[in-house]
Amino acid sequence: MKKFHRAALGAIATAAVVGLTLAGCASSNSLSGGGSGGGKAESITVGSANFPENVALAYVYGGALKAAGADVSYKVNIGARSAYFAALTKGEIDLVPEYAGSILSYLDKSANAKSGDAVKSALDSALPSTLVAGTFSEAADSDSLNVTADYAKANNLTSIADLANVSGSVIVAANPEFETRPDGIPGLKSVYGLTNLTFQAINDSGGPATAKALQDGTVQVADIYSTTPSITEDKFVTLTDPKNLFASQQVVPIGTKKKLTAKLLDVLNKVSAKLTTKDLLAFNGRIGGSEKADPQTVANDWLKANGFTK
Amino acid sequence: MDWGWIGRNLELIGTRTLEHLALAAPPIVIGFLISIPLGYWASRTRVLRSILLTTGNILYTIPSIALLVLVPVALNLPILDPRNVVVALTIYSIALMLRVATDAFASVPADVRASAVAVGYSGVQRFFAVELPLAGPVLLAGVRVVSVSTVSLVTIGAVIGIESLGSFFTNAFQVSFPTEAYVALVLVLVIAAGFDVILSTLGRVLMPWRPRAVAPKPIWLRRTANGGA
Amino acid sequence: MIFGQAIAWIFTGANWVTGPVALQRLLETLVTTGWSLLFIILIAFPLGVFIGHTGRGRTVAIFASNIARAVPTLGLLSLLVLLMGIGLVPVVIVLVVLGIPPLLAGVYAGVESVDRQTIDASRAVGMTELQIVGRVELPLALPLILGGLRATVLQVVATAVVASYFQSNGLGYLVTQGLASTDYVKMLAGAILIVALVLVLDGILAVVQRLVVPRGVSRGRADPAGSPRTGSRRSAGRTRMPVLQEGMQS
Repeated sequence: MKKFHRAALGAIATAAVVGLTLAGCASSNSLSGGGSGGGKAESITVGSANFPENVALAYVYGGALKAAGADVSYKVNIGARSAYFAALTKGEIDLVPEYAGSILSYLDKSANAKSGDAVKSALDSALPSTLVAGTFSEAADSDSLNVTADYAKANNLTSIADLANVSGSVIVAANPEFETRPDGIPGLKSVYGLTNLTFQAINDSGGPATAKALQDGTVQVADIYSTTPSITEDKFVTLTDPKNLFASQQVVPIGTKKKLTAKLLDVLNKVSAKLTTKDLLAFNGRIGGSEKADPQTVANDWLKANGFTK
Repeated sequence: MDWGWIGRNLELIGTRTLEHLALAAPPIVIGFLISIPLGYWASRTRVLRSILLTTGNILYTIPSIALLVLVPVALNLPILDPRNVVVALTIYSIALMLRVATDAFASVPADVRASAVAVGYSGVQRFFAVELPLAGPVLLAGVRVVSVSTVSLVTIGAVIGIESLGSFFTNAFQVSFPTEAYVALVLVLVIAAGFDVILSTLGRVLMPWRPRAVAPKPIWLRRTANGGA
Repeated sequence: MIFGQAIAWIFTGANWVTGPVALQRLLETLVTTGWSLLFIILIAFPLGVFIGHTGRGRTVAIFASNIARAVPTLGLLSLLVLLMGIGLVPVVIVLVVLGIPPLLAGVYAGVESVDRQTIDASRAVGMTELQIVGRVELPLALPLILGGLRATVLQVVATAVVASYFQSNGLGYLVTQGLASTDYVKMLAGAILIVALVLVLDGILAVVQRLVVPRGVSRGRADPAGSPRTGSRRSAGRTRMPVLQEGMQS
């Protein structure tokens, strides 16, 4: 190869390597820079759990804050509650959309408040002093145990308690953390006295793989979040929860007091006021249905339709 | 396969690709740079060699998901920091590269090294002028393996929310959307191929004396022992 | 400190039979590994012998191996699980696809590296091609073949962890569930068990290697001054863990 060509190729290749490395270090710095919240008082990092509805809610709340002038960055799909809530308490993220009953029992295992106001005051006292909760939305999404219509008929199932009468193996499918969560398998054992359950983890938060496993009979019961369209589409039967193991899960934004000024908290509460369970169902329908919409797109559309952005 | 999705989400795909590149490049380069001196010393000292290689072997066996989380926990760093992925991948990179670097420097013929000393090269001069170039081809082969492995491993970060092309895999699973997974799979392979081209070009440019491998003739065409006509 | 807690977790008998049921997880890992290795050997061994003996298809094999090494486990698995549903089948397919390259490389490198003069001599003595493969090439190639097998076992067991991300299966599930419930002790315990399993399996194969490889072969291989066609300088007599030899993490 001619000396000039060789030198030129060498220069290009070396430049490519060096450039990529520098870009890598630079981007990693900026990627993590957003996480520490930055220097400005109004820069907020919004986090979320690892299922699409929560990601969409993160973009809804975050988008509203951005429209109100805050400098918003995102860290979505962090993981299960223990992961993202730990990030919230450590200050790696500043805001997270939560579900009232779940977060209350996560913070205070002995809490047994049932109605809205009782839950609110219990939550306010259970939260660490650095965090604050907004007002509850009427939109709610809770864990729900579902079975196929045929299985319900064959075993005469209407409520979770009826599972005790089923002979043979009853395999329950849910996210891995359900096996050890207080309101998961341990809760089913202690509250409903169910001892005939085996657990099969399917890590999609009651998504399509879980629905498929339920329909195929690979598992008999599945934890599918109540706002998932597949419940009605696949004609699953939701077992009733008379002992309120899965308390009503109204959407509530929880964030760090330092970052959520009164003005920003007010914006969040306005969003919560407009959010409905139908909206959540619509989000899931667009994200999981044929459109396969991106959660951020769905969130932006909702914000526009409800007057938070132009 | 929903081609329309690609068109609608070009910006998202672009962002994830850039994030992927940013996470994949540093571990390869840093791992390479760290392994060179370590491998050199390991090739010279028996004891250091066994310690480093055993450590490297064990580190490499640690499951990637576990390493990603346990590194920040052990070092008390924020878990959601993308730099954790870079650190974890650098550890793998070093673990892989160390063995190659050790073998590479060990394969420099002793008599060549002795000649260099005889001619008057000092230690540092000898390293850069004689041993490193001779070890070069093996080092290059090693860094190409590390590169491919690293590009693939970046995707694991999606499991703890560090976005890269891997996020398309987890999302595809969550909403049952194979298109995302296909697209991301192809892009990861393209990036791996691209890095490989860059590295082999660098190799050809920096080491023009490297003999090119000749494919051996099939057995029935061979007439004598060593493949001559 | 957390390391100590993890060790304590491992030695708590209860963890092996109730709750996370580590014993069941271990058995699942062994079953999954076993099935995968079976198919890997069935596919890679004959293919490797063919490539090494005839010299054909080497470029294709290298190319395919590079692609297989570049394929992200998480990606391939998510696709297969989406198309097939959860279960053992998608996991085994992924492990087989990713586990073939190390063994394939070991087999064909081993067969190729047999001294051509030896093979010519066997042909001169009157052996058929098949006899040459069985009685000459394979015994001489054993060190490299076993090296490839060890790399494959490492690959399969390590990759199986990622395979347990979408569904509970194997020791990797301890890691996955530990991640999901932010139980770092369980995670570390799972990781330690996996590393231990790999070391044990590799140790067993090292012993097998020492027993099975004829002494003449290992002695003869200690100095690769023969004419290895590939030009690769792999010294075949070593018994240390072949990390780099086509080795790849998940």
